[in-house]
Amino acid sequence: MTLPLFWVFGGIAILSGFMCITRRSPVASALWLIQTMFSLAGIYVLLDAQFIAVIQVLVYAGAIMVIFLFVIMLLNLGRTKTTDMVGRPGQITSLVLGTLMTLELFVLNKVIPAEQFRLPEGTMATMTDEMGAVGMIAEPLFRGYIVPFEITSVLLLAAVVGAVVLAKRKI
Amino acid sequence: MLLGPSLIVSAVLFSLGVAGVLLRRNAIIIFMCVELMLNAVNLSFIAFAQQLGPEGHVIVFFVMAVAAAEAAVGLAIIISIYRFKETVNLQNINLLKG
Repeated sequence: MTLPLFWVFGGIAILSGFMCITRRSPVASALWLIQTMFSLAGIYVLLDAQFIAVIQVLVYAGAIMVIFLFVIMLLNLGRTKTTDMVGRPGQITSLVLGTLMTLELFVLNKVIPAEQFRLPEGTMATMTDEMGAVGMIAEPLFRGYIVPFEITSVLLLAAVVGAVVLAKRKI
Repeated sequence: MLLGPSLIVSAVLFSLGVAGVLLRRNAIIIFMCVELMLNAVNLSFIAFAQQLGPEGHVIVFFVMAVAAAEAAVGLAIIISIYRFKETVNLQNINLLKG
């Protein structure tokens, strides 16, 4: 049951990713990207990452894409007459490079994590049942990764100050 | 297990993002393609986390925080470039070109 469902979400994600990079209007591009993010959230649920799926919808599809749409609206880029695609040589180059990269990354399909690191099947599902979807992440986040977590808050503060300074007309 | 299929979807999405960055000249769309690549990488982290433990979820959490910060700063830069040049087409932004 999970595999067909996975391919439905995966197919939608790939299709909308393709639409995102080919649409002329930035608004259409942004909406297709939101569609990709939603189907990725579906895939995350299938991969036992319910909390990340919720965060994906709230932060990525919600907050980040709203900033994008807001800037598109602010700069009034909604209706573009001419396409901004590069010319034919550039298209062929990126087609070749993209195909090569896909083929190279497809080797990952053969990857199997080493036996001594791999958890027995269904461990994540039982962990979610025991600790809850949030508890499962909170445990390593606030024990092993507490310093990176605190540094992230400094990063976000710097980003807020930087965004205000950059976008302000006169300081 | 879904590890193999997830990595395939992740690889295709990442390549689509790279193709978008190479193909488009609109700065905002290039920026969205970078987000697409970040999402593809997140997907492979989650796929590995299913077999190797919840540390992968923590990394995805950090990637999302960095992506949010990057979007805020990057879009502010695009706004200030637009104020200066009246365009977001990268062909017309060639101040550093020799």
